[in-house]
Amino acid sequence: MRRSKSPLERETLGGHIFQICNTLILTLVLIVTLYPCLYVLFASFSDGVLLTKGNRLLLWPKGFQLGSYEIAFNNPNLWNSYLNTILYTFVGTALNIVMTCIAAYVLSRKYLPGHKIMMRLVVFTMYFSGGMIPTYLWLNNLHLIDTFLVMILPGAVSTWNLIILRTAFISLSPSMEESAKIDGASDMVILFKIIVPLCLPSIAVILLYYAVGHWNEYFNALIYLRQRSKFPLQMILRELVVLNNTDSALIGANSTAENLSVTVPVKYAVIVISTLPILFLYPFLQKYFVKGMMVGAVKE
Amino acid sequence: MSTKTLAGRANAPAVPKKGAWQTFLRYKALYLMFLPVAAYYIIFHFIPMAGVVIAFQDYSPSSGISGSDWIGFENFQYFFQSVYFFRLLRNTLMISVYQLLFKFPASIILALLINEVKNMWFKRSVQTITYLPHFISAVIAAGIILDFFSFDGIINSAITAMGFQPQMFMIDPNNFYPIYVGSEIWQHCGWDSIIYLSALSAIDPTLYEAAVVDGAKRWSKIWHITLPGILPVIIIMLILQIGSMLSVGYEKILLLYNPSLYETADVISTYVYRKGLLENDYSFSTAIGLFNSVVNFGLLVGANYVSRKLGDNSLW
Repeated sequence: MRRSKSPLERETLGGHIFQICNTLILTLVLIVTLYPCLYVLFASFSDGVLLTKGNRLLLWPKGFQLGSYEIAFNNPNLWNSYLNTILYTFVGTALNIVMTCIAAYVLSRKYLPGHKIMMRLVVFTMYFSGGMIPTYLWLNNLHLIDTFLVMILPGAVSTWNLIILRTAFISLSPSMEESAKIDGASDMVILFKIIVPLCLPSIAVILLYYAVGHWNEYFNALIYLRQRSKFPLQMILRELVVLNNTDSALIGANSTAENLSVTVPVKYAVIVISTLPILFLYPFLQKYFVKGMMVGAVKE
Repeated sequence: MSTKTLAGRANAPAVPKKGAWQTFLRYKALYLMFLPVAAYYIIFHFIPMAGVVIAFQDYSPSSGISGSDWIGFENFQYFFQSVYFFRLLRNTLMISVYQLLFKFPASIILALLINEVKNMWFKRSVQTITYLPHFISAVIAAGIILDFFSFDGIINSAITAMGFQPQMFMIDPNNFYPIYVGSEIWQHCGWDSIIYLSALSAIDPTLYEAAVVDGAKRWSKIWHITLPGILPVIIIMLILQIGSMLSVGYEKILLLYNPSLYETADVISTYVYRKGLLENDYSFSTAIGLFNSVVNFGLLVGANYVSRKLGDNSLW
């Protein structure tokens, strides 16, 4: 990509050996990276009794059953938390995008008196924070603990994403905006009718970051939520795959010796079910990653 | 690195010099737009920042900040003298140093290797797959690690197959640093390499052509063109890494550790969580958190200063 083929570029023997070694190393990296994910997928379809016996190395499901998925799908606990996560993700991401667009727009107006000091204050929050406890106590004072809003508001703007978007806004040519201004368009119209459509790739990147962040969030739920009915998916997953608390979280009283073949793989099935949305989204947004990271890497 | 364009300035409406109030009125639409964002930063960032004053108090929630007694640096003294101080500092620093020694170069090496791949399809596949674990949640990653390293897990299957004794990985504190840092490399190495890949693609190809004319071999091209080309990015990432030396991510450790691993797995942030939110020792844990933030901030400023003195790469 970066080099054009020229007569000078003819590969030497050493070059060929290097290419082969490089391919081998990267193939090994691929296997190591991918195998844990494949293992979970194989284990979720495997027969639990065979799975716990003997060598754990899986190159393909051992035996086959779908009972684990049936248990997972039939569990109201899991569905409730799944719906909560979808709600937190949709509402949270929508708020994130609107707030970040507004912030990036205002902070990219270099003619605005005070934009520099505002930007400095915003960036300062990246390097210094009150910390876990003062934040918790303050949210408690605001009566936000154990509410729906506590999963949405405290992360309404991510400063990192704001910088990415601001950099994208700054690099736009100002000509369209100027003509819109002459036609009497307000700032809101300029932002959402002109600038946002021009910066869709960057917005796609931060949308992905925000959405994945909400989807994978567990720590805020752990410290701010009390009622199980409000728990997001990751909290139920935590009980299941980290605390290994299968009985209370999912399977209920019917976890007996006879149905081990389906109850053992349940946790793997739940991991697969909970990661599916990200896996579906991933290929569509993947092409924007590099662009987004590149923009973010540029110093503000 | 800087992308200063005149985009903003070019469309600045001509403003005659007037008082602050006129200026405000002129741009009131923009200031009004910014109001929710300003409110967000004040409510969720700056007020909690002011809340760190309870580190200097014997805070009790019932009497609040105004009603609690001021005790100066007592909480800090207590922390520095406690038996946990050394252990927490050692674990936090050790994990950071391990990350700096292994995870940091790993992403650079991966980027260099990917950059040398000629086959576009293979290159794209390697990138797509190595980025993937970054999107796996901390809970699932921890679940997979605990499963793989459990007594009857796959790692022990491999160990026994090779004729060794199985290990109690998640109970034995001796294994925690490599397991944690290894899992971090697995999850984030590919993702961290993106930034170097984009820096690599920005290197002028004519430099390589000129080097080949001068008879440069592969290694001297890497040493004299590629590495200097991405050095500014490496230095920026290094500054950021050093600035977060004391903030090892609690999210994953909190999921991975258990009391028998505290000897090596307990870091400052997990201790703050336990003391503050499980034992409700608010002032003491805020003091530890503040100590952590201040040291981090100092390290960041220091690293930035050194780097600016040595060359012209810096965050600000």
